[in-house]
Amino acid sequence: MAEITHAALNPHAQEMKERLSPSLTTGHPSMHDVTEAVSIISEVKTHRNWYIALAVTGSITGILGLMLAYLVATGVGVWGNNGPVGWGWDITNFVFWIGIGHAGTLISAILFLFRQKWRTSINRFSEAMTLFAVACAGIYPAVHVGRPWRAYWLFPIPNEFLNMWQNFRSPLLWDVFAVSTYATVSALFWYVGLIPDLATIRDRAVTKGRQMAYGIASLGWRGSATHWKNYEKAYMILAGLSTPLVLSVHTIVSFDFAVSILPGWHTTIFPPYFVAGAIFSGFAMVVTLMVIARWIYKVEHLVTMTHLENMNKVILATGTIVGYAYATEFFIAWYSGNPYESYVFFVSRATGPYWWAYWTMITCNVISPQFFWFKKLRTNIPFMFAISIVVNIGMWFERFVIIATSLHRDFLPASWGYFRPTFVDILTFFGTFGLFLTLFVFFTRFLPIIAMSEVKGMMSATRHEQHYLDEAVDASEGKVLEGGAH
Amino acid sequence: MADNPSIHGLVADFDSPDRLMDAVKAARKAGYTKMEAYTPFPIHGIDDAMGAKPSILGYLVLLGSATGLGLAIWLQWWTGAVDYPLVIAGKPFFAFEPSVPIMFELTVLLSSFVAVFGMIGLNGLPKLYHPIFNYTGHKGITDDRFVLVIEASDREFDATGTRDFLAAQGAGKLELIEA
Repeated sequence: MAEITHAALNPHAQEMKERLSPSLTTGHPSMHDVTEAVSIISEVKTHRNWYIALAVTGSITGILGLMLAYLVATGVGVWGNNGPVGWGWDITNFVFWIGIGHAGTLISAILFLFRQKWRTSINRFSEAMTLFAVACAGIYPAVHVGRPWRAYWLFPIPNEFLNMWQNFRSPLLWDVFAVSTYATVSALFWYVGLIPDLATIRDRAVTKGRQMAYGIASLGWRGSATHWKNYEKAYMILAGLSTPLVLSVHTIVSFDFAVSILPGWHTTIFPPYFVAGAIFSGFAMVVTLMVIARWIYKVEHLVTMTHLENMNKVILATGTIVGYAYATEFFIAWYSGNPYESYVFFVSRATGPYWWAYWTMITCNVISPQFFWFKKLRTNIPFMFAISIVVNIGMWFERFVIIATSLHRDFLPASWGYFRPTFVDILTFFGTFGLFLTLFVFFTRFLPIIAMSEVKGMMSATRHEQHYLDEAVDASEGKVLEGGAH
Repeated sequence: MADNPSIHGLVADFDSPDRLMDAVKAARKAGYTKMEAYTPFPIHGIDDAMGAKPSILGYLVLLGSATGLGLAIWLQWWTGAVDYPLVIAGKPFFAFEPSVPIMFELTVLLSSFVAVFGMIGLNGLPKLYHPIFNYTGHKGITDDRFVLVIEASDREFDATGTRDFLAAQGAGKLELIEA
């Protein structure tokens, strides 16, 4: 009798268990195994390949340095920006890099508030990505001001040259505050998360130098209950603050466009559309980098297929939102009856001189993520790697299309133009990838790439849950009844 | 024994958070008040079990938020409408609506600073020496061990009695550590 009741209560217990507790680690590692797997990366002797990687990424960063030096010495005219396209690759690249950063904060803050346990293995890595991407983004506006040595004029710092104040009524100044706040808060959040893990590496140190370096960096963290109490409070508050912050950053970036009165820019859909696109591109970049990093550093048992698959699902969801936003823009351009607005969408973007950029964007952003509806494809590593790169190409084109198509045909046909990048544009953009990757090369070498204390906490919590689910499975299979009829 | 100033306390090592939690509860029941748990990750409910007060960090952050918000309003109003009023595109010198983004950003910025530096300050960090580092197994604390220290300054502390008590709670390793 009891057997029937249990089975009826839990006819899908096994399936339920798999759904509720997807494998966030494989091979049942112990807590010590987690410490070993992550700490060892910074403890082993530096591999020859690391130096090769550094030499390659460092050289590309060198190109960035050369291009910036050339620009500062000569002037912003070395870029292809010119009337009517006053914002070219610089602002495209700025928005591109800022957008990439968003996935890191989404994973560290929003998924934390939603209690998504799968974030723990990938949050450290993607937060690092946020910081490095924001560093790359920051270069562009700072250089685009023309006299970068006076870039501090963007901030309300009293000085002897500028006998006036910044224009707080301009979205460009809001952007200065949004991006600098975002960079600062991301760095603080990242560091707070690192403190307990730096203490782990300090305690494992075998040389005096390492003990000193990691000891100072971890501030003397000792993992007491009092420490954890304040730490958890701080972490929760930072997650709560970062959640609206990350949504605000791309919202304010989109204000740079939306608050203007240019057709194609002056739309209220921009904030949510930019935020969705940012998360879309950011997750794609996490997948690109994580697929490589988990393989090189042998942490496939901590960053499992479940993590990759979940990220691909986010890419599918946000990619679909982006596609919907594109369609909405066209609909409103037609429905508004505004001839300038219709012209930008139906002529400039879809069929005009930038048609190739527009259709590249549609193919990469709207069509390519739709493959992730199929489980076979979203769990296929080479396939997801390819799609993640395609998505980022698409998202770069999205920003280029928005900027170039709205600017290139001014209201007077006499001032129409066509944007062509110079070699400085191209090599500067190439160089920022060098900077981004160089920072990653250092990060993966010296810092714990997986948040050890969080993974251990997650494992401990999961064990309790697992125990309960095991009982449910046993019950449905009738094993619990072996004790006989009571 | 309780007056020996060279002893910080007795360390008891446990192999799981559940065992540690049970030991903390038992220690509270036995009348110990000065104890501290050391763990590789936060254990929920252990502060309550130890009788610790909740963190005051949230209130400090609220002060930071209010400061950030106030600063942003003052900065935008004073620079735009008082110190150097300048007509730009016919916009008002100061209005609430265009001031919102910077009000939001500075609120978040100052709150975050208080959250991080407040946490570090409340934890008494940076502090590069602490008696717990004298424990021979302290490396395990940031790895996979769960440690309870009953401090020598506790009125109930007694080197042998406390040792027997903790051993009865299933502690694997017991060690007196110097202050």
